[in-house]
Amino acid sequence: MVEWTDAERAAIQDIFSNLDYEDIGPKALRRCLIVYPWCQRYFGGFGNLYNAEAILSNPMVAAHGIVVLHGLDRAMKNMDNIKNTYAELSVLHSEKLHVDPDNFRLLADCLSVVIAGKMGTAFTPEIQAAWQKFLAVVVNALGRQYH
Amino acid sequence: MSLSTKDKTLVKSFFTKIAPKAEDIGNEALSRTLFVYPQTKTYFSHWKDLSPGSAPIRKHGLTVMTGYMDAVEKIDDLLAGLLELSELHAFTLRVDPANFKIITHNVLVVMAMYYPDDFTPEVHVAVDKFLSKVNLALSEKYR
Repeated sequence: MVEWTDAERAAIQDIFSNLDYEDIGPKALRRCLIVYPWCQRYFGGFGNLYNAEAILSNPMVAAHGIVVLHGLDRAMKNMDNIKNTYAELSVLHSEKLHVDPDNFRLLADCLSVVIAGKMGTAFTPEIQAAWQKFLAVVVNALGRQYH
Repeated sequence: MSLSTKDKTLVKSFFTKIAPKAEDIGNEALSRTLFVYPQTKTYFSHWKDLSPGSAPIRKHGLTVMTGYMDAVEKIDDLLAGLLELSELHAFTLRVDPANFKIITHNVLVVMAMYYPDDFTPEVHVAVDKFLSKVNLALSEKYR
C-alpha cells in the first residue's frame, strides 16, 4: 500500500483544485504526441497528426486530452486504493487499446512539464516530488493488469 | 534519433535565451534531482548541505549548465566534443548513466517553469533530443 504524508495529499488536492482541465488536458496530450511521436500509433483515427501545427490544432486530440485528465480524478479521490481503482482501466488499456505501458510514463512526464509551466516557481521541489509520486502510482496501476 | 537542422536551430536559440539564467536553472534542476530522486544523493556524500538551493548545489548546477551550453557549441559532433567529459564521468566519477536521464527530466521541468511561453512542444522535443544525444556522448567511454 502506498503511504501518503499529509503534505503530499495536500499538494495533490491543491493541484487538482486549481486545475483547468480544458487547458491542461489538451496541452499535455499535444505535447506527448509532439515530443514522443511514436505515441501517435494509438491515434490512427484522429485525423491529421502530420506535424506539430496539425497536432496543436487537432480538435480530437484536444477533446481526448480532457478525457485523459479527468481519468486522473479517480486516483485523486481514491489515493489510498489507486491500484484497485484502476484495475478495469488497466485491463482496457491492455486488452482493448493495446497501449505499451511505457507510454503512460511518457504522458506523465509531459503532464509534469505542463503543470510546471503553469505553476512556475510555485512548483517547488516538494510539490514536484508529491506530484511525480502520485503519477508514478497511477502509471504503475495502469500497467498492473497487463499479462 | 538525429538532430535535424531545425532541431539545432531551436536548441541554439533557446539556449542563447536561457543563458542569463543558467545558474538559477542549474540550481533548480540539480536541487530537484537530489530532492525528488533521493538515490542521486549518493554521488554527493562529500557535500555538507544537500538541501535544495544550498551553496554546493548552486555552484555545481552552474557547472552542469555550462557543460550543456558548451555541448550546444559542439552540437555538430557531440561524440568528439564530449570525449573528455565522458572519460571523466566513466573513469573518475563513475556515475550510473541511468542518472543522466534524471537530470535531463529535471532540466526540462525547470525550463518549462521559467519559460512557459518559449518552451513550446517543438522546442521541448528539440531540447529533449539534444540532451539525449549529450547523455549518449557522455556514456560513450563507459565500456
